[in-house]
Amino acid sequence: MNRTYELMFIVRPDMPEEEQDKLISTLETAVTTSGGVMKNVEKMGKRHLAYSVRRFRDGMYILLTVEGGGGLIHELERRLRVTEPVIKFLTVRIDEEQKRLDKIKAIRDSRRKVSATPAAAPAPAEPAGEAPAATA
Amino acid sequence: MADETRPTTSTASSHSGGERPSGGDRPSGGDRPDRGERRPPRPGGRGEGGPGGRKFFRRKKVCKFCVEKIEAINYKDVRLLAQFVAESGKITPRRLTGVCTPHQRRLSSAIKQARNIALLPFAGRAS
Repeated sequence: MNRTYELMFIVRPDMPEEEQDKLISTLETAVTTSGGVMKNVEKMGKRHLAYSVRRFRDGMYILLTVEGGGGLIHELERRLRVTEPVIKFLTVRIDEEQKRLDKIKAIRDSRRKVSATPAAAPAPAEPAGEAPAATA
Repeated sequence: MADETRPTTSTASSHSGGERPSGGDRPSGGDRPDRGERRPPRPGGRGEGGPGGRKFFRRKKVCKFCVEKIEAINYKDVRLLAQFVAESGKITPRRLTGVCTPHQRRLSSAIKQARNIALLPFAGRAS
């Protein structure tokens, strides 16, 4: 099972930095023990929430990129649910979307190479033909 | 939908109809004459015949994502998503924004994900 997920969660704004790090490291050990890989950790900082969640108007957003199977995600979500300072979380699978984007990018790059060699005239016509192919 | 198609039909009729088909077109126009009275300053609008009832040519709407080749519609990109959310927090319909069907589908799911993680409001403005 090699799937890539994005795990975004919000912790309460008054949570100290070191406790956030502690939480992240416990999640990371959970990932590695389940045979997954923590690919990236990004702290997006304090942001205003669009609506109040548990009476909080701000929250610290943390984004993890995790590689692993569904069982791992299940475990991570369970941990987030029982962790008291975490007020909201969202998991999104991104590998298929990424595959699609890579495919489109490859098509575009190959077309660009083809259109770069002839004269300037076919080059402007190329994007018009490219757009339906990209959306299809 | 009807609003979107109207400009194209009006231009088509004005091109093909040529000179003053007004006698034949007036009955098919239906309610057009009283519309014309509502907006008097329209020189030549009546003369063109019934369907050409628009003062402004509405520009043909195009999909922003197709034109700018934005393929990744991500829930984290609040700036992008906010352009397609009405003031009330609703997702703006395709007929108003001109986004094509595949992109609108991705857009709406991204907006829903963003709502879930409190990046966008479910209702009302982001406070």
